[in-house]
This record gives sequence, C-alpha cells and structure tokens, in this order.
Amino acid sequence: MTLRADTPPTTAKVRRFSTAQRWVHRTTAALMGVCVATAACLYVPQLAELVGRRDLLVTVHQWSGLALPVPVLAALASRAFRADLGRLNRFGPHDRTWLRAALHRDKRPASRPAAKFNAGQKLYAAWIAGATLVMLATGLMMWFTHLTPLLWRTSATFVHDWLALTIGIVLAGHIGMALADPESRRGMRTGKVSRDWADREHPLWRP
Amino acid sequence: MNEDVHQGVNDEHPEERGTPIGRRVFLGTLALGAAGVVAAPPLQRGLERFLGGAADKDPTGLTGLLPNGGGFRYYSVASSVPRKNAGTYRLTVDGLVERPVNYTIDELRAMPQTRMVRDVQCVTGWRVPDTPFEGVRLSRLLDAARLRPTARAVRFTCFDGTYTESLTLDQARRADVLVALRMQDKDLGHSHGGPVRLYVAPMYFYKSAKWLSGITVTDEVRPGYWEERGYDVDAWVGRSNGRDDDPTS
Repeated sequence: MTLRADTPPTTAKVRRFSTAQRWVHRTTAALMGVCVATAACLYVPQLAELVGRRDLLVTVHQWSGLALPVPVLAALASRAFRADLGRLNRFGPHDRTWLRAALHRDKRPASRPAAKFNAGQKLYAAWIAGATLVMLATGLMMWFTHLTPLLWRTSATFVHDWLALTIGIVLAGHIGMALADPESRRGMRTGKVSRDWADREHPLWRP
Repeated sequence: MNEDVHQGVNDEHPEERGTPIGRRVFLGTLALGAAGVVAAPPLQRGLERFLGGAADKDPTGLTGLLPNGGGFRYYSVASSVPRKNAGTYRLTVDGLVERPVNYTIDELRAMPQTRMVRDVQCVTGWRVPDTPFEGVRLSRLLDAARLRPTARAVRFTCFDGTYTESLTLDQARRADVLVALRMQDKDLGHSHGGPVRLYVAPMYFYKSAKWLSGITVTDEVRPGYWEERGYDVDAWVGRSNGRDDDPTS
C-alpha cells in the first residue's frame, strides 16, 4: 500500500483483515463462547445448580461445537484467508528470535521481529485449530455412543475434560492479550490498523 | 534488527518461505489428542488416585473442579428445583395399591432404617467409592400400600416437576433399593436430592432419582426422563449403556 502524500504518516491506516476474515473471527468466537459457557454450566457444580436445564444445555453445547469449524471451512473460499493460513503456517528464522525473546520475557520491539503474524500468534492458531478438532472428535464419540467401542467413550471423556480445561486457560490468555492491545483489537474490528502500530509490532509485514 | 531476516532474495517476503511448523503443530496436536484417548485408562486411574489424595488435604475445594477430581457432580434437568423441608415435604404412594399413603419425613424416619455402603457409579464415568446411604427399603413401602394383582412396575416422580424414573416390580423389591433419607451419614442436602431421594444401588446413578415425591404402582414400565433420551431402562452397572464398569452391588 502506498501512502498518499497528503496523509500524515501518524494517522495512516493499513488494511490487516478483510471483511470475510473478520466475520470468521466473529462467528468462531461466538460459537466458542457458547461452547465454553454451556460447558461451564454443565461442569462447574455451582453453575450447574444455578442453571439446571441439563438437556437443553447439552443440545446447545453439541450443536455449537459441531458448528465451530464451519466458519473456517467456509472461509477457505476466500483468497485473503488462504493467504493468511499460509503466513500462519510458515516459520522463518525471525520467528525463532521472537520465541527466544518471549521465553526470556524480553519485551523490546527490536528483539521481537514479526511479519504479519508473530510466532506466538502462529503457534496459537495451529494449536487451537488442532485442539478444536480433538474436542470435536472426542465430543462426537461421547454424543454418538453406539459408533465407537465402549472403552473409547470413557477415554474420549477423559481427553475432552482435560483438553477443555487447557483450552479455557489458553483462550483466557488469547483474550487477555487482545484486551491489552487496543490497536490489535481495532484491526480485528475494523480491518485496519495504524501504520505506526504495524511498523512497531509487525516490522517485517509488508501490507 | 535481526540479520537473519534479510537473507535471500529481496522481493521475497519473509512470511512466504520458511518451515511449515504451523502444520506440524496442528498435526501434532491431533496426534497428541489421539494418543490421549489411547493412553486414557492408565492416565485416568493415576490421576484419580493422585487428585483423590490431594482433595483430602485441599481446604479450597478447587481440586473438586478438576476432571477426575473425585466426588459427586450436580446434574439437574429442571430449570430450578423448589426446596422442601420436614414441614413441606410429602411422599405419595399410589397407583395400583389398596392403600394409597402420604408420608411425612418424620413418618419415614420412624420406620426401620437400612444403611448400605456401596460405590456410586454415574453413567458419564465418575465413580464415588464407599458411599453410605440410609433409608427405608422401597419393598417395605410397597408392602405397606398392599399391591393389587395387576401391579407390574413402579414409576417415580420428583418435585423438580420434570424428572421421572421407573423400575420393574422385581427390581423395586430388591433389598438394595432404598428410599434414602441420609447420605454419607448426614441428612440428604438439597443438592444431593434431599430431603428424600431414591437409591438403586446396583444401577447407574440416573436411576436413583433425586427429590423423590411420588411412587406410583403401574401395570407396565414407563421409561423415565433419560430413558426417553436413549439411556437403558434396565441400568445395571457394568451390564448396560454399553459400559463395563465394576458392579456396585
């Protein structure tokens, strides 16, 4: 993107996400939110006691879980989304530098080189995608109890429970980091971020 | 800035080359999930032992929130459940009987009490070992009501307004089926189905209806709440619902 001469550089905006990408994030976040909320009401005794309605909660949880991968699958039709998947997949030497700095709690921008996505975002994207599919598979094994041998169902419950706890913690980290960075949230909300922010947080990104 | 970054051809973005580590993390997570399912039985046993021990020393009760943390889980199918106490609670026995009865808690307490210590096994997998239940044998209440010859089954209703359960007459007459007033040597609390619940020791715990308010003798088994939603009517622990848990009674 070339800046127009009459635009002061401090307020310049660069496009970060397309409309399709923002809607994928919105719908996935909403479905994940429903999954987490219903799971909490099914699982945490105090909430279960407060809410009851177990049959309804189970149905809502099952269908929102089943729908969870749909926005991402649908977005594969979008060229911009596929391009970002490619960016999330590929790790360069700068990602190693970024991860090393993150491990040493080195917050200086110079030691955190990143292209459109930093190494932490890449790891999160790959892990949450895998974890969601594991939740879906183990969830289906618990839902359609006659499809798999009986021992599998107890094992699926075990994995589903512990992975749910892990996802809850990681998701809280994801939301916490977004809350700490208003410009990053603006990028996901409006699709655009300031040139300053992009240069500081994603110096290797060439929008 | 990192010198690694600018290696290679100038017009190539750093994000368009590199190792496909994202794909490896994604596939690795899937593989780990599958391995978790395979390794679950020993892992689960170990964790139950460890967390069970930790829960005994944990004043915060947070271990109870962890999976396999041990203890009971609260399940209710109704939106809210009214609270009943000794003053407001009544247990009705009716249907195909000569003498329909209304019991108060005091009247139930005045009858001979039976105490049993068995494991509780839920159909969703959790098990609570060695749990004492105490109450009146169901067979005693049925005998007191004098069944008509056409009686074949018993239907249970609950004051949550929604839940129902059922047993055949033979099952209902077993010595290990109680109308329970106490659990873990305490009066049954509301969240455990108090003041009075059913306790069917040899069956999965969904048969042990909480907040029991009605016992109706019928001429055939009418499937209960969860049974209309796919659970087995004859819910013997280890021999139903596709599960192979150790029997509880």
